[in-house]
Amino acid sequence: MSELTTKTIADLRDGFRGGDFSAREIAEQFNAAVAAARVLNAYTVETPDDALAAANAADKARGNGDLGPLAGIPLGIKDLFATEGVDTTAGSNILKGFRPPYESTVSGNLRRAGAGMLGKLNLDEFAMGSSNETSAHGPVISPWRRSGSNVGLTPGGSSGGSAAAVAADLAPGVTGTDTGGSIRQPAAFVGISGIKPTYGRCSRWGVVSFASSLDQAGPMAKTVRDCAILLEAMAGFDPKDSTSLDLPVPQWEAGLSSDLNGKRVGIPREYRIDGVPEEINALWDRGIEWLRDGGAEPVEISLPHTRYALPTYYIIAPAEASSNLARYDGVRYGLREEGVKTLDDMYGATRAAGFGAEVKRRIMIGTYVLSAGFYDAYFNKAQRVRALIKQDFRQAFEQCDVILTPTAPSAAFGIGETTDPLAMYLNDVFAVPASLAGLPAMSVPGGLDGQGLPLGLHIIGNELDEQGVLNAGLAIEERAGFTARPEKWW
Amino acid sequence: MSVSKDQVRHIAKLARIAMSDEEIERLVPELNGIIGWVEQLGEVNTDGVEPLTAVIDQKLRLREDAVTDGNCRDEVLANAPEAQHGFFAVPKVIE
Amino acid sequence: MADAGAPFRIEGDTGEWEVVVGLEVHAQITATASKLFSGAATAFGAEPNTQVSLVDAAMPGMLPVPNKECIRQAVRTGMALDAKINRWSRFDRKNYFYADLPQGYQISQLYHPLVGEGEVEVLVDDKDDSSAKTIGIERIHVEQDAGKLMHDQHPTMSYVDLNRSGVALMEIVSRPDMRSPAEAGAYLRKLRAVLRYVGSCDGNMEEGSMRADVNVSVRKPGDEFGTRTETKNVNSVRFVMQVIEHEARRQVELIEAGGTIVQETRLFDPDKGVTRSLRSKEDAHDYRYFPDPDLLPLELDDAFLEECRGSLPELPDAKRKRYEAQGITPYNAGVLTAEVETARWFDALLDAGAEAKQAANWVVAELFGALNRRGESIENNPVTPAAAAELLRLVADGTISGTIAKQVFEIMLESGEGAAAIVEERGLKQTSDTGAIDAEIDRILAANADKVEQYKAGKQALFGFFVGQTMKAMQGKANPQVVNERLRAKLG
Ligand SMILES: [Mg+2]
Ligand SMILES: [Zn+2]
Repeated sequence: MSELTTKTIADLRDGFRGGDFSAREIAEQFNAAVAAARVLNAYTVETPDDALAAANAADKARGNGDLGPLAGIPLGIKDLFATEGVDTTAGSNILKGFRPPYESTVSGNLRRAGAGMLGKLNLDEFAMGSSNETSAHGPVISPWRRSGSNVGLTPGGSSGGSAAAVAADLAPGVTGTDTGGSIRQPAAFVGISGIKPTYGRCSRWGVVSFASSLDQAGPMAKTVRDCAILLEAMAGFDPKDSTSLDLPVPQWEAGLSSDLNGKRVGIPREYRIDGVPEEINALWDRGIEWLRDGGAEPVEISLPHTRYALPTYYIIAPAEASSNLARYDGVRYGLREEGVKTLDDMYGATRAAGFGAEVKRRIMIGTYVLSAGFYDAYFNKAQRVRALIKQDFRQAFEQCDVILTPTAPSAAFGIGETTDPLAMYLNDVFAVPASLAGLPAMSVPGGLDGQGLPLGLHIIGNELDEQGVLNAGLAIEERAGFTARPEKWW
Repeated sequence: MSVSKDQVRHIAKLARIAMSDEEIERLVPELNGIIGWVEQLGEVNTDGVEPLTAVIDQKLRLREDAVTDGNCRDEVLANAPEAQHGFFAVPKVIE
Repeated sequence: MADAGAPFRIEGDTGEWEVVVGLEVHAQITATASKLFSGAATAFGAEPNTQVSLVDAAMPGMLPVPNKECIRQAVRTGMALDAKINRWSRFDRKNYFYADLPQGYQISQLYHPLVGEGEVEVLVDDKDDSSAKTIGIERIHVEQDAGKLMHDQHPTMSYVDLNRSGVALMEIVSRPDMRSPAEAGAYLRKLRAVLRYVGSCDGNMEEGSMRADVNVSVRKPGDEFGTRTETKNVNSVRFVMQVIEHEARRQVELIEAGGTIVQETRLFDPDKGVTRSLRSKEDAHDYRYFPDPDLLPLELDDAFLEECRGSLPELPDAKRKRYEAQGITPYNAGVLTAEVETARWFDALLDAGAEAKQAANWVVAELFGALNRRGESIENNPVTPAAAAELLRLVADGTISGTIAKQVFEIMLESGEGAAAIVEERGLKQTSDTGAIDAEIDRILAANADKVEQYKAGKQALFGFFVGQTMKAMQGKANPQVVNERLRAKLG
C-alpha cells in the first residue's frame, strides 16, 4: 500500500470513497507517523483511538453511502480548542490537567463532518508567540533544516505544532488559530498553506481566548484545495458566539478557480520595508508575475498606516488578553498553588507559577495600557489607529480585489536565536494589519530561500471574500510548483 | 512615558502575579522598551477618528429568554482544584 | 409627623450641617427566567452551583450571549422613569479579582449605558402634597451580578456558590439630590413601586432583588459638595436611612474634630447600626474598564422601542392623578397606588362597578383592617374584587347599612359566600318601614323620659343617644336616614 500520509485531503477523500483504501488504513498510518515523530514535539496529546473510532465509523458508513464531507480524514487539533474529555492546556501550566466537559464549536463541526482526531497540537502558551518556544510543553522542532545544518529551527507560531504536523506528514490537515499571524507565519515557515477567514466566520466558542477581537480559527494543510475543504467544515454561524457571522457558508471548494481574468491585485507600497532580505522581495515580485500570468492586473496601492499596525496590535491584543486571562485564578479549574493563606496570595502564587514569561509580559503590558490614566493614551488611541487601518483597507479594496504581500519578513529561525521580545514581534509585521481589519488572509508556499527554507506569499482579501483569497492562492500554487519536502531526519 | 519599578510592582499586583524584586527589575527595561515602541502611535493624527468598536460591521444579536443551560453541577465542579459539598472552596476571605 | 418644609440638619459644634445623598440601586431583573448572558435559571433559593452554566463558571472559551428580555425590561424601566433611552450602547468589562467573580471581570456598562438621564417624583411625607420633590436619575446600566461567598462553613475556607453569577442587574444611579434620610427612604420606596409596576424587578429586598450603595457627604448649607463615602449593598429602606443618619453624624464629628473624610467604601453593620471602612486607600481599585470585545455594540430599533413603550402599564403617578380626579382623597389615592398589587385589586374593584370614593374609603378602612388582622395579602384574601363590589352596591342602594356591611364582610371573609346571599339568608336587609321604626322610637322615648326632658332643655348631644338606641333596637337594620328623620319629627 502506498504512503497515505503524504497525500492531500482531497486525494485521501477521493481514494477512500473510491475504495482504494479504508479509513482505518489512513488512521493507522497517521497514528504510526505521529508516534514515530515525538522528537518534533508537535503533539501534546495523542488520541489514536479517537482517530480509529472515527475511521471505523467512516468505513461502516461507506457501505451505505452516508458520508460526511470529512469522513475518513483524521485531523490534528490545536490545543487551544476545547476537546471534550481530552486535556486542553493552551500550552500553559495554568491549565495543566484541564479536561473540558465540552467540545469547541469548530472541532465539533469537524467531527460532525466525519473527521477523527489524531491528537492535540502544541502551540505557544495561550497562542502568544511566533516561534512556539513559549509553550509549557517545550518548543516544537520544525521538520525543516537549513541546508547542511542540523540546527533545530522553529516552525513559527503560535500554531507551531499544527504547522510541523502537516509539514512532517503527521496529519493531512489541522486547525490553527490566528490572532496576529499565528496561522500564516508558521504555514510560511514550513512550506504549507493556511487561511485565516474573515473575523466571525469560525465560531470562537470553546476556543481558549487570547484577544477576542482578533482571534480567528482557520485550517492549515498541504494545498489550497485542502484549506477550502477544511474551512467549509469549520465555518458557520454559531448562536453561542455573539461575534459569529450569521451568513451561510459558501461552497469554497466548488468555487475554486485559478482564472484571475478581470481581477486586480493590489501591491501595497508600504510593505517594502527596510531590513527585509532581498530574497523575500524577489519572491514577492515573482508572486506578482504569477498572478499576472493567471490573468490578474497588478495595481500599486497604498495602506498608509501599515507601519503603525504592529504597535497598535501590541496594545490591543495584550489589553484584551490581560482581561481574558483573569479567569485563570486557581479557583474553578487548572493549577492552584497551595500553602498560601489568603485568597490574594493564592491568586498571585498560582498565576506566578502557572504563566510563562511571555504571557506574564503581555498581561503586564495589557494591564498597564488599561490602567487609570493610561487608557486614553494607549488603548483608546490604538482603537482609533485601528479604525484608520481598517479604513486604509476599505479604500484599497475600491481599487483592487485582493492584495499580495510576503507572509513574513524572514524564513524560519533557529530555536533560541531570537530572545528580544520586540524582534520576535516583528515577525508578524506583514500579517498583523489584516488581523486588525478582520480580513481573510492566507499564506501559500512560494519557494525556498538560499538556505533551502520555505518562504510564503500572503494574500489578503476583502471582508467575506475568502473565495477571492483561495483563488489567488490557487493561481500561485499552480505556478510556484512548490514540491519541496523536508528531508526526514526524525 | 517610562515605567518605574514601583509602577511595575503595582501593575503586577493589579494583575495578581506574584513577582520577586529581581523579576520586577528585569521587567522594567523590557516593558519600557515595548511601551516606548508602541508610543510611536502618538505620531498618528487621530483627530475626529472614532475608536473602532466592531471590526466587522455588525449589530449585537439578542437571544430569547429561556432556561436552556445550567443544572450541570458535576461538570461545573469537575475540574475544581478544591470542591466541597457542592461549592468551590478557596482560602478564607475576610471581608 | 415632622414638618416637611423644615430642612433636615445635623447639629454640630460649629453649627448646622446638610447631608447630601446619592443612591446606586442594584435591582435584579426578576422578570426573566434566565441569566443576562447565559441560559441558566435565576430562581431564588436553589441548591449551590446548580444554576450555573459553563459560561457562568467562566470556563475557557465560553462566550456571553445577551438575553433580549433583560434589555427589554431595562428599557421599559428607563421609560417608566422618564429617562432617555440610548439607541446605541455597549458593554464594558470592569476588571478585578475576587472569588465570587469567575471571569475576573464583571460585564457592565460604563462608557455608553443603555439608559441616560431621567427623574422620579417622590412625596417625602405621603400625607402632605407639599412635600413633593424631584430626584434626578443619572443613568441606568445593565450588568452581571457576582456569585456568593460563604465564610462560616469551614474554619479555613470560604465556599463559592455561582448561582447568582451572571444574573441580570439594573444599576439605577441617582443624582446627589437627596438631603435627608426621609428623602432617601421616599425615593427608594417610590423606585421600588415603579419597578414593581413595570414588572422588571420584584423589589424583594430580603432576597437581595434590590440593594443600594449609599453615597453620603456633608457640607455647611450652601457650600460645595464634601467628599463622599460609599456604603455598599444595604438591603432595606430602614437600613439605608440608618446609614445616612450614622454616616452624616460620623462625618460631621470627624470634620469638626479636625479630620478629613476619605473617599472610601464602607460596610453597614445592621446589628450595631454603624458603618465601617472596607478597603484602605492603598488597595484603591483600578478597574481598567474597556469595551468587552466578546460583545458587539447594542443597537435598538424603532419597533423594539415602541413595543417597550406600548407594554408599559399605567404608572403610580398617573394612576394617583386619575383616582384623585374620580373624587378619591389624595391620601387614599396615595395609599391605593403605593403597591402595585393594591392598585391592581382596586382597579378590578372599580371595573366591577364600585363607586370610586366609597370603594376607596372601604378598601383603606375596612379591607386593610381585615387583611392586617388576618395577616393576609391583598392578592390572596378570600374576597374577590367582584364580591367586594357586590357588598358595596348593597350599601350604596340602601339594602344594608354600613354597620351591617361590616358584619356581612366578616362573614364573607370566613365563608367565602356572596354578600347578597348572606344578607338574604340572615335577614340583614335594612328596613325603611316607618311603622316599625316609629314603634321602637316611641318605646325608647317613653323609657327615657328624663333624657327627652334634658334634650328639650338644650342638651342636643343626646340626639345621638336616641339614634343609637333605635338602631340597636332595630338590630342595625333600620335605615339610619329614616331613623334620623323620624326622631327629629318626634322630638320636635
Ligand atoms: Mg456602586
Ligand atoms: Zn453595579
